[in-house]
Amino acid sequence: MKTPEQTRHNPVLPQLTYRVWRVWRRDFDVFMKTYKVSFIPPLLEPIFYLAAFGLGLGQFVTGIPGTFIQFIAPALVSITIMYSSFFECTYGSFVRMYFQKTFDAIISTPISIEEVIAGELLWGATRSLIGGIIVLAVVAAFGLVSSPLSLLIPLVAFATGLTFSAIGMCFTSLAHNIDFFNYPQFLFITPMFLLSGTFFPITVLPSYVQAFAYAALPLTHTVSLTRALMLGSFDTTLILSLVWIAVVTPVFFVLAIKLMKKKLIK
Amino acid sequence: MSPKVLIKAENLTKKYGAFLAVDSINFEVYQAECCGFLGPNGAGKTTTIRMIHCFLPITSGKLTVADMSVQDRERDIKKMIGVSPQETNLDPDFSVIKNLTVYARYFDIPKAEATRKADALLKFFQLEEKRDVEVDELSTGMKRRLILARALINDPQILLLDEPTTGLDPQARHLIWDKIRELKKQGVTIILTTHYMEEAAELCDRVLIVDTGKIIEEGKPSELVEKHAGEEVLEVDNEEQILKTLKEKFPEARLDVLGEKILVFTNEPHGVFVKFLQDFPLKGATVRRANLEDVFLKLTGRKLRD
Repeated sequence: MKTPEQTRHNPVLPQLTYRVWRVWRRDFDVFMKTYKVSFIPPLLEPIFYLAAFGLGLGQFVTGIPGTFIQFIAPALVSITIMYSSFFECTYGSFVRMYFQKTFDAIISTPISIEEVIAGELLWGATRSLIGGIIVLAVVAAFGLVSSPLSLLIPLVAFATGLTFSAIGMCFTSLAHNIDFFNYPQFLFITPMFLLSGTFFPITVLPSYVQAFAYAALPLTHTVSLTRALMLGSFDTTLILSLVWIAVVTPVFFVLAIKLMKKKLIK
Repeated sequence: MSPKVLIKAENLTKKYGAFLAVDSINFEVYQAECCGFLGPNGAGKTTTIRMIHCFLPITSGKLTVADMSVQDRERDIKKMIGVSPQETNLDPDFSVIKNLTVYARYFDIPKAEATRKADALLKFFQLEEKRDVEVDELSTGMKRRLILARALINDPQILLLDEPTTGLDPQARHLIWDKIRELKKQGVTIILTTHYMEEAAELCDRVLIVDTGKIIEEGKPSELVEKHAGEEVLEVDNEEQILKTLKEKFPEARLDVLGEKILVFTNEPHGVFVKFLQDFPLKGATVRRANLEDVFLKLTGRKLRD
């Protein structure tokens, strides 16, 4: 006789077991099944950006350290990190939850809803990791990576990928139909794409916009960390970024699980 | 020896906000029986099933599966149950075989064993030829069989079948009936919901009739028919003169007037209607055996529910 698995209902923290990885593995298997579709976009997209900005716009940009494409290379990695996990845990998770009823099927097995959501979040972070590594390899191939510390970028990809996953999943918990995601996309992702120190140094922005970017736009921290590691230049704001990620990610991770449980279990 | 109680509900209640879906019901399901939950749409059948497999939390009362409470032994209960839900929730991202092996992984079944089991189940449900086909390419009947196969991947002691044959052609339905009988013989305890009374009469040892969240009757199908619908039913065209004659001839019988038809139910022995028709040959008259559908309609009424 196996030992009984008593469910302990903790009011704050979700009870998670190794079964989280079973959910992660399901998503991974689907990803690998369509690996051609999965791998090619992150491979090609940065090349288009590098062409547009390096051969085009970059000609007109002066007054930043290094060349313009050196400046935006870490941003390209960061943007992929953001998109991969945010879209995975919004559109992707919503389709699995709502149209495919995949979550319903899984929670009819010993896996709990908390574990399903945690698995989805870890998978979202994994998408960021994979996407981030591919773009990093592309920009490295173009000679845009100068510091060996770039090898730590995958860690940033996974950690901040988890942040974007968790925030995305919170939006998913509010979504009643798939069109809802237009709101976070245009009101959150697009401003973040433009204002997080991606295509110009954040320091040129008015101080209140900078403060907003540091407080509410996670991509700002992804870009700072990735840029520092890629160029091997560090300053004290990086500590702020590390602390921000370390505090915000667990909060949204737990919140996403709570909100999704509330949505799904009536 | 009395049969072992496997599932037991005491004052089991489920509310969705202010709506009372299951209203303080009590029931028992015995080991190795096939127990039918019958009721109109919205009666609370699916909600009850979902509480049994810990998919939905209970609002109040007590519900145990193999003496384990659904409130604190979710995982152990889910390990011993196989579920075939009303709505298809196969994984459209995977092929037929992968649907089974990925599901097996959720139950911690090792890969080699999962593949062996999956192949055996595909054979059992006559799906071997579709092994490597994508799920979207399957017909409705095949999808249903695959869902049943998936429900058996963990060798469940209890099988919950929520309308397993709805929307299927007679061939597919009979195949599924055969399989359910086979599983019952192997000692699997089955709870079945269905809107086909013929199916319930065919498969269930016992049925519970549920309406508006309450259990209104329970028993063996044959006993319920005898108790509520009698032996035989006479159906004749609805005309005033005929109704009058019937009332005179069968003062004890229950007469249901349904638009164009009159149904006469009697507890008198077999042959009474045939004899009556010899004396009064009525237009459009048929005599048939009473069935579970008569019982169901008598107890739950004829009003549409949704």
